[in-house]
Amino acid sequence: MNDLDSSQAQHIHPDGIPSPDELIEADDLIEEISIDGMCGVY
Amino acid sequence: MTASTPQTSRPAPGAARLVDLFEYGLDAPICLTWELTYACNLSCAHCLSSSGRRDPRELTTQEAKAVIDELEAMQVFYVNIGGGEPTVRADFWELLDYATAHHVGVKFSTNGVRITPEIARRLAGNDYVDVQISLDGATAEVNDAVRGPGSYDTALRAMRNLSDAGMTDFKLSVVCTRHNIPQMDEFKALADRYGAQLRLTRLRPSGRGADVWDELHPLPEQQRLLYDWLVAHGDTVLTGDSFFHLSAYGQALPGLNLCGAGRVVCLIDPVGDVYACPFAIHDEFLAGNIRRPGGFAEVWRESELFQNLREPQNGGACASCAFYDTCKGGCMAAKFFTGLPLDGPDPECVQGYGEQLLAGRSKDRGLIPKPSGDHSHRTSPARGPGPVDLVLTRRPDRDRPPVGDCDEHPLAGMSLPRGG
Amino acid sequence: MTAPHLDRAWDLHPQVSVRPEPFGALLYHFGTRKLTFLKDRVLLAVVQALAAAPTARAACAAAGVDDKDMPRYEKALAALHRSSMVVERNRLP
Repeated sequence: MNDLDSSQAQHIHPDGIPSPDELIEADDLIEEISIDGMCGVY
Repeated sequence: MTASTPQTSRPAPGAARLVDLFEYGLDAPICLTWELTYACNLSCAHCLSSSGRRDPRELTTQEAKAVIDELEAMQVFYVNIGGGEPTVRADFWELLDYATAHHVGVKFSTNGVRITPEIARRLAGNDYVDVQISLDGATAEVNDAVRGPGSYDTALRAMRNLSDAGMTDFKLSVVCTRHNIPQMDEFKALADRYGAQLRLTRLRPSGRGADVWDELHPLPEQQRLLYDWLVAHGDTVLTGDSFFHLSAYGQALPGLNLCGAGRVVCLIDPVGDVYACPFAIHDEFLAGNIRRPGGFAEVWRESELFQNLREPQNGGACASCAFYDTCKGGCMAAKFFTGLPLDGPDPECVQGYGEQLLAGRSKDRGLIPKPSGDHSHRTSPARGPGPVDLVLTRRPDRDRPPVGDCDEHPLAGMSLPRGG
Repeated sequence: MTAPHLDRAWDLHPQVSVRPEPFGALLYHFGTRKLTFLKDRVLLAVVQALAAAPTARAACAAAGVDDKDMPRYEKALAALHRSSMVVERNRLP
């Protein structure tokens, strides 16, 4: 519990490598994208 | 398409991925494009809304504010305001302030004509405004051939004014063509010079773009160059997810790889018509009009067209392709305006299936759907390097409809910026 | 970026807008232009409770998070903090 940050980071990126696409946080509770990441806007 | 019940089918709550939920549509858009006017001081050869002349039926200031009220109630996060050239509307700054005061963020696309130093300072002071400067060549020669003489200088002056005012991360917005694909590094350098972010999007055969698509759309080998360039630059360059058809080269590009039309985005046009997306201004993609009882919310939630777009799509001829998961058959509007079936490959399919279909089309181009409205200037269009000075003069117009206290002239209320 | 301790007071970033959805909620940050999808309503309740709760842990409790589930919600809050969706609330002078 005192070492939350490193354990969280490992959980979110199990390989220690951020995902190459914009789904940079995809775990069981949250997911993050860029607002620019949907087609249909110029 | 089949008729559907008013309730959209939905995945179970707790679904794993955002993209899956978005595919079934939301009760309110994430964001939408709102073209405030068809009036424009330019006559870009590839204008996707065939803009030029103001439509005398365009929404009044009060009607526009009522739309903003509705978007606020629906919690639409922001609007992408475009046109035409939205800043030539005399009430543009009033509407921008009204939207941001009502918790609706604004990103607007402009050719820069009204971005004076004073306006730039005002924009830089509003945390809820983002500006997108359109430029389609990293050199005046390449840009002005498509957007008209002087448009390069206008855009660069606007970028300088925004930069000098301390605005960062505004967008340099480029539509990728055969002529500017070799200039990607130059565009990036230009954006970096002004503290802007580069945003590259796909040329669609929409509006006047249909007339020039054959000669402007990237060649197959250029598509590969563009894909490699985008992969190399990752999320430092924005694409509006518009190149998801290129994902069939291999690795998916950043973004959801999802057509958002009628699901999470849409278009409101200057007269209040609601279309599935800004690249699909045609009766086939018209969902309704915000002036009718029920307003925008009812169009968004009830229109049969949007209900259908939220149904699971079958891949048609593309279903057996190994890349269907990321490419999804490409862009509906690109298929429609090139006369290809909607359930088959994109005209720019990187596997070459689109080219085969294009070659097999009837020679009669009259069979290809035309955009619903044409607000092009009746003066000579800005094709090639010829002068377009007529654009900025008053149009001799004998059949002007009555417009009350609104002036039809596209530059009504506008004072030209003095110098840089 | 290190997340503040759960026994501190947290809040939503002032530039973040929260939109409840049947499947949870969408958060949009006007500064970073990022959209975050909260996948359950309990996490939404936690986020909405932050402003009035003395600590983030108290916000979790108020939303009905039990001890067994705390690690999941701590992890989610830390991720939200990394993307500036939530921030440590300024202590009163």
